[in-house]
Amino acid sequence: MLIDLNDPKMQAKKRYVLLILSCAFLLYCFFGGHPLKSEIVQSSRRDQLPTFASLEELSEAPSHLQRQPDSNAKPCRMETCFDFSRCGNDPKIYVYPTEGPISTSYRKVLSVVRESRYATKDPNEACLFLPAVDTLDADPLSPEHVPDVESRLLRLPYWKNGRNHLIFNLYAGTWPDYAEGALGFDPGEAILARASASETIFRDGFDVSLPLFHKEHPERGGVPPAATANPFPAPRQHLLAFKGKRYVHGIGSETRNSLWHLHDGNNLILVTTCRHGKSWKDLRDERCDDDNREYDKFDYEQLLANSTFCLVARGRRLGSYRFLEALAAGCVPVLLSNGWRLPFDERIDWRRAVIWADERLLLQVPELVRSVSPERVLALRQQTQLLWEQYFSSIEKIVFTTIEILLERILAHRSSRQREALIWNATPGALGTLATYGDSRAHFPIAAPAPPAPPASPAPPAPLPAPSVPLASPPPTPGNTFTALLYVQATSPALHKLLANIASSEFCEKVVLVWDSERAAPSLKSLARVAGDTRDPLPVLVIDATTHYPGEGVSARWQPLWAVSTAAVFSLDGDAPLLAEELDFAFRVWQHFPERIVGYPARTHYWDEAKGAWGYSSKWGGAYSMVLPGAALVHRGTLALYAAAAPALRLHVRRARNCEDILLNCLVAHLTRRPPLKLAQRRRYKAPHHRYRSSWSDPEHFVQRQSCLNTFATAWGYMPLMRSILRLDPILFKDSVSTLRKKYRKMELVTS
Amino acid sequence: MASESLIKTSKYTKYTSYKKISYRSFFVGLLLFIVVSLLFIVMFNAYSGSSPRTDFHEPVNLDSTLLEVVNLKSDARLSSARVSNCTYWDCFNVYRCGRGGHDKITIYIYPLKDYRTESGTPFSQFSKEFYVILDTIRHSKYYTSNPEEACLLVPSIDTLNQHSFSKKHVSQALHSLKYWNDGENHLIFNMLPGSAPNYNSVIDLNTGKAIIAGAGFDTWSFRYGFDISIPVYSHTAEKIDSSQPDQKNYLIISTQLNIPKHYLEVLQNIASSSNDLLLLDKCKMDSDRIDYSKRCEYTTGRMFSYPDVLKEGMFCLVICSARLTQAVLMDVLASQCIPIVIADSVVMPFNSHVDWNRISLFVPEDNVKNIVKIVHSVSKERRGELYWQLRWVYDKYFASIEKMTLTALEIINEKVFPLAARMYEDWNMPEHIYGPVNPLFLPVTAPKAPGFTAVILTYDRVDSLFTLVKKLVRTPSLAKILVVWNNQKKPPPPSSEWPVINKPLKVIRTKENKLSNRFFPYDEIETECQLTIDDDIVMLTPDELEFGFDVWREFPDRIVGFPSRLHVWDNVTNSWRYHSEWTNQISMVLTGAAFHHKIWSWYYTYKMPAEIRHWVDDNFNCEDIAMNFLVANVTRKPPIKVTPRKKFKCPECTNTEMLSADARHMSQRSACVDRFAAVYGHMALQAVEFRADPLQYREPTAGVPQLYPEIGAL
Repeated sequence: MLIDLNDPKMQAKKRYVLLILSCAFLLYCFFGGHPLKSEIVQSSRRDQLPTFASLEELSEAPSHLQRQPDSNAKPCRMETCFDFSRCGNDPKIYVYPTEGPISTSYRKVLSVVRESRYATKDPNEACLFLPAVDTLDADPLSPEHVPDVESRLLRLPYWKNGRNHLIFNLYAGTWPDYAEGALGFDPGEAILARASASETIFRDGFDVSLPLFHKEHPERGGVPPAATANPFPAPRQHLLAFKGKRYVHGIGSETRNSLWHLHDGNNLILVTTCRHGKSWKDLRDERCDDDNREYDKFDYEQLLANSTFCLVARGRRLGSYRFLEALAAGCVPVLLSNGWRLPFDERIDWRRAVIWADERLLLQVPELVRSVSPERVLALRQQTQLLWEQYFSSIEKIVFTTIEILLERILAHRSSRQREALIWNATPGALGTLATYGDSRAHFPIAAPAPPAPPASPAPPAPLPAPSVPLASPPPTPGNTFTALLYVQATSPALHKLLANIASSEFCEKVVLVWDSERAAPSLKSLARVAGDTRDPLPVLVIDATTHYPGEGVSARWQPLWAVSTAAVFSLDGDAPLLAEELDFAFRVWQHFPERIVGYPARTHYWDEAKGAWGYSSKWGGAYSMVLPGAALVHRGTLALYAAAAPALRLHVRRARNCEDILLNCLVAHLTRRPPLKLAQRRRYKAPHHRYRSSWSDPEHFVQRQSCLNTFATAWGYMPLMRSILRLDPILFKDSVSTLRKKYRKMELVTS
Repeated sequence: MASESLIKTSKYTKYTSYKKISYRSFFVGLLLFIVVSLLFIVMFNAYSGSSPRTDFHEPVNLDSTLLEVVNLKSDARLSSARVSNCTYWDCFNVYRCGRGGHDKITIYIYPLKDYRTESGTPFSQFSKEFYVILDTIRHSKYYTSNPEEACLLVPSIDTLNQHSFSKKHVSQALHSLKYWNDGENHLIFNMLPGSAPNYNSVIDLNTGKAIIAGAGFDTWSFRYGFDISIPVYSHTAEKIDSSQPDQKNYLIISTQLNIPKHYLEVLQNIASSSNDLLLLDKCKMDSDRIDYSKRCEYTTGRMFSYPDVLKEGMFCLVICSARLTQAVLMDVLASQCIPIVIADSVVMPFNSHVDWNRISLFVPEDNVKNIVKIVHSVSKERRGELYWQLRWVYDKYFASIEKMTLTALEIINEKVFPLAARMYEDWNMPEHIYGPVNPLFLPVTAPKAPGFTAVILTYDRVDSLFTLVKKLVRTPSLAKILVVWNNQKKPPPPSSEWPVINKPLKVIRTKENKLSNRFFPYDEIETECQLTIDDDIVMLTPDELEFGFDVWREFPDRIVGFPSRLHVWDNVTNSWRYHSEWTNQISMVLTGAAFHHKIWSWYYTYKMPAEIRHWVDDNFNCEDIAMNFLVANVTRKPPIKVTPRKKFKCPECTNTEMLSADARHMSQRSACVDRFAAVYGHMALQAVEFRADPLQYREPTAGVPQLYPEIGAL
């Protein structure tokens, strides 16, 4: 390049130019060549490439050649191992009669199912079968272990290799390897509801994963959530806590054995002990004494209550009691249990409630929990409480959740619908909604709005053969109108007055009158409006309860839901002296609280120390806990749930011919954990001078209601009712401003 | 000494032939320098290429035309067979990850090579789709050019279509990969698995422990929590636009060409007896070639153009055939036709994160005959939910190979870094339809014991402030008073001048006189409930405040307070107006005296649109309206006004000067309401007709003592 450098004629400028050019060229070759070149090539190369599959290949039909049969048997799935044809519209469970030894836990499981609405006594109409053979503990070394399970299962009359059977198991395998498959019997095609299931052995979509629960876990009721406060940011004393035993050797011991590395005595409390079993001193290692000393410094309950995160480390098996304990305490579980299928993870979205750590990355756990934002901690903790309350706080809830999951699979197979994920993972939860009730969240008493239906709502071309049964879907929440559902035992002037008031209500769409009397039902088709009201007459449907629902008595009042086409149901006694204004105001309020009972007559409960029982009172002071549906708005879906309440409770109401309103209040409080809402000042919901039956002055009536309240509290295992101190009034209620300003004027004149 | 002489000579020569010599030596020196440095760089590169300590790696070049030819010996070792019970915990080496930070995996792509058999014939093709997959990874945030720090490794052998490669040779090629290690941490993409007659639901390839991002998995072949299910890409779908006809003319449409015989018979039966099902097949042409852009009705032969016809259907059938998932699924999604999936035990694409129940119906294979009945039972509301969700999900996850690839990578990323995971709502609930998520979703009555913290914003009205403090401390549930001293010019009064009280009191001096200071989430607020109160609101009685707190406990996610206002639509100016008259409705509770959860202060400071916060601070107004909008927008719930109290201004302030100021004030606040509604894109406020009163308010006390006796009027 530079050979003629010595040439004196060469001009300096030229030399410089040449030099710079050559340098630039070298530099370009070295650094810049690649990208420039590839940019030119890129678009062309991409377009030259063939597509991965032709249209023929994409729409490949099954070949005519015979499929070769699969060499190895595949694990069960619902499609292959479950007989859907046994299950009708209302699938039931048959529980075999108990014989032989049974542990307390399994006895609780059986009794919960037997007394539920899912149970049937007739094996021929059953869809699922629950053996009364105790399969909970398959560890032969355990005192709870029941021998001979295999042969007893085989002797069951409907066993058929376990088809449509449900088997509960908490502990599988035994020392030393704790093999998950070692159940001590062959479950065959039975659905296994098992704790500590691992990803490898779990039959996805067939088995159900259970939480590990203690022997002392309450059968019903259960501990209410501990952490109702939601301070932000969480001011807990410790960041991460764990207190438990560790196994010095053997399967699953490594994780707990290395926890002491993380312990710092202040923020991170991770204490273990080797003291368990008889021979711990023989097996102990060099750390045991140090560990035991630290271990004794901390109280477990205190740790749970005072730390933000709780470590849930695997034990011998994958599941651990720590999981439910942490959930109950509102301490966010940090999982150290690789491969564990979390309880009910088919439907419960655990991302909202737990933090996954990796046993392999144990030492990163502190950093992991430190990096969780305060906002996420707030959400996580609330979700632990929500899930604990809805699915885990009692054996009843755990068993019902298992059954609901199975029933939902059956329903999905039959009618291609299931409750959406958000119903399972938010209030009111799956046990607080009926799977068969609706197919959109808009049908359930949830205040959140649903998106509008598509603009091009298809007017389906008239089908030639109409679908055999028109499956009416429930009305959307909250809707713009309500249905008045009257329960009438006799005609009276008060009834006529009420009907007239309903007719002048702004939002009433329809009146359904349940007539429960020996006398002939009135023939009423519609209600005339008052003069000046241009609307069409209000349609009335009279249902004679004595013929439609004989022997039901007062329980019949909410049964004709098929006639109700709005989400809002104004449940009224025939002689309730409500004004049209009161009806409309109540509906306006209810639209904002569709999950609650919103109405006028309030009652309260109290604990009677002298009698050691719950008392019922209509003379409240500063608080109330019930709003009687003799004049209250209730969601249609809630009334449908009432119809599906525990059979024993409904039987109690039917026998007592009373207390249906108390039961409804208990049920709603149990499901929503919210008190009802009382409106304005009205106390009375019966006409003051009642000629026929003055039940309010009848002390016997009162005693009966008191006993109902106690029956219900026993049945639920706790007192579900909640108190409230407020009532909702119209904005200008009884204010000293001109009545002309006020929208609800007549309401103010109602004094009691 | 030597240097001295050198200097001397240079001085001497410099003077005689300065130009000539310096030129020559300069250029020769430069040339030498360039040559030496080039040599050095080349040497360094050559040396470092074999060294593991290097940190320079060339990114993979997908476009080079001259590929290294690799001839595989016919007896080369195959990689081991797919481990069918792999889980993330035992087949995935997590220690390789974490070098890309704490929330990001790193992915390496093997360099492209031209693999051939021993005889020199290529045994796999390289398709455009696979090119795009690699290109997407190459340009994603996960890419690394260094195989040593890669968490995932992607072989650059195209395995998308089982028909277009030789199983044996690709297995050999995989084994020959430098970092293969039995497939650990490798990612294999596949869309068409299996071949006749068995059509395995997973790619027939010896993939060892590699993760398979594949289409058409069934629940047996899918390794839970390990494999990724992806869709079969369809070229047709990418061309479908998002427009929709005014009316959907058909209830159910079936356009699939490869429906198995036994289902086809059932469908033909339905179609012949019902108008609800439009059953389409390929058109009978003269030639053997099939025109894929046309479909013809089975019985009448009416011709429709494909894929346009899909948009006319409300529901569209997707039936399993040779394979479980079909490319037509993508066409159906893109056309916003609700898919009816008939494939038992199929694993839907991205099923671990995308909730298919929100966008499709699943009909079991033995229930096909009831399909019309099932569709009729879908309620109007659910139909709306499915329909609105469809296109959103399609656009987000399925609209192109890039999006599918990135979604698959994100799912793996969430598995490795669970804290980086997005929640169900982020994956499945479009915010424009469902709104934001309420941070206080637990339905509880908040506990009474912690009490509340009063936050008083004050500037210089010391007398009024002291009166308020003295009054506040009589409220039993008050836990602490926090005075936010917003005056930078004047220090707060010394502690000796403050009233003596039995509750803790703390003064915070602010740096700037901003209204937003009252909503800063101070660490000193240790209770979940805070009462924001103006320094001149001295008329509230302890009973009223205690009652207000008790009401808040029942509605802990709302603003609960005393002064209420309303927004109304002004038909004349076509804008929202702020209304302070005493009406029958309220939609705002002013934070001059209101309880709210501390999280809302945090939201106000960190999550509220910055535009609104700036507006408030610039105009020195409307912070209370902004707070009402914020809470109403997130919770979709109205605030709650407590007790009849309405008058909050001092009676002596009614002179004419104040009135004109008032008019200006009102018009500014109207402008605020209008502007905030515009920022949120909708009117978030809701008007209600109720307020909360104590249960015994205005009742004759018939022997029962009142719980809150001192509830003032107006």
